Amino acid sequence: MFLSESFRKIASDGLWNNNIVFGQNLALCPLLAVTGTATNGLGMGLATLVVITASNGLISLTRHLIPSEIRIPIFVLLIAALVTLVDILMNAWAHELYKVLGLFIALIVTNCALLGRAEAFASKQPVKEALWDGFMMGLGFLLVLVALGAAREISAAGTVFANASLLLGESFRFLEVTVIPNYKGFLLMALPPGGFIMLGFLIVGKRLIDQKLATRKVPVTVLTPVIVEEEL
Amino acid sequence: MKINPATTQLIQDQAANYLEWLKRWLEPANLARLRPKLEFQTGILAGFALLASVLLGVTNFSTEGTIQRRLDEDLIKSLEEVVPAGLHDNDMLQDTLTIPSAEYNIGANETIVYLAKKSGKVTAVCYKFIAPDGYSGAINMIMGVDRDGNILGVRVLNHKETPGLGDKIEVAKSDWILKFVGRSLDNLTPAQWAVKKDGGEFDQFAGATITPRKSVQAIYRSLQLFKAHQEQLINQALTSKAEQ
Repeated sequence: MFLSESFRKIASDGLWNNNIVFGQNLALCPLLAVTGTATNGLGMGLATLVVITASNGLISLTRHLIPSEIRIPIFVLLIAALVTLVDILMNAWAHELYKVLGLFIALIVTNCALLGRAEAFASKQPVKEALWDGFMMGLGFLLVLVALGAAREISAAGTVFANASLLLGESFRFLEVTVIPNYKGFLLMALPPGGFIMLGFLIVGKRLIDQKLATRKVPVTVLTPVIVEEEL
Repeated sequence: MKINPATTQLIQDQAANYLEWLKRWLEPANLARLRPKLEFQTGILAGFALLASVLLGVTNFSTEGTIQRRLDEDLIKSLEEVVPAGLHDNDMLQDTLTIPSAEYNIGANETIVYLAKKSGKVTAVCYKFIAPDGYSGAINMIMGVDRDGNILGVRVLNHKETPGLGDKIEVAKSDWILKFVGRSLDNLTPAQWAVKKDGGEFDQFAGATITPRKSVQAIYRSLQLFKAHQEQLINQALTSKAEQ
């Protein structure tokens, strides 16, 4: 790999170990609200990816200027301004995309993961690391959104990425697949309760994989104290 | 005009001085010393707020026109959906009339009516209205009506109805909304302006009755709005001709 040790750790944290949803259990409100279909999840994921990377970079850039006593209002101010900026610019210059994504962009303000990353990472780290962390956290979030969206869409309607061509353009029509033909539909999964149920399954799946990896990779005697410490 | 080289030199020196000072001020050590001070905190918060406001203000100002054009394009597109292109040769966005609609419960106290004219004569009108009492919130619709009060087309612009059940009011999901074409207050009795479950003409959906029921009722009410102003709307051509 070309990446140094610390950059690799940031990447694996963002994508898996400390994933916004699986690791930190943050951002569940926008997560559950928009993942009715894989396409919506992808849209929300892309918008969040851009904003979280930018906000991490901006906050890291100004981190020496921000006194710790008033850091929260400044973070909120910066994130809200950034989201509004993206919202306005997209409405003007990418209007077709905005009509599909518009709803999600405003929702990013409610995404506590952005504030969480600003507080936990960007305000303490150099710009390059902060940008990389934002990108990886955003990517991890995007993958969960798409996975949850796809799982709910398949179980609710039997399709994946329906209307993806509206979001990404005609050339992405190949993404629209009917997984189960003549599916009668299972409405519950498209409604909010279905989001909670499916998210539960995904989190259980992640924990199971982690358990398996842990028992296989490292001798138990070495691992045990580390685990106990983390649990506390 | 010739600038004195000494002056240029002075300005350059001054600029370099300020830059040097700013660089020193921005040193992490210096900022660490300043951060606990109340004046600095106040100033920084104000500075960030000012910066954000200016940035947003400038962006908003510079994109306002573009966004308005995009919204107009959207509106034209939905107008074209419900009023056939052959019926008009005017710019419907410019040819409008605002009529009071508070008593019809279609979501607005005033309704902007877009007039479709062919060689100066009103052939059809088009307006947006809202079913305020959908199953999960307002249903925004747009409708085209010809000069005799027959529906040319209805479309749902946006709604929050249940996916898979109530969303069959969208033309993309089912052809239910197309069944309104040609209907009017004259060729259906008030009792027929309802879903079949209520003894009317229009289908309800399996598992969703409220959405189509409220949609039908809103369409009915907005037709009444047209009827009440029919004379005024149709004769609009004459008055605007007279003005010319």
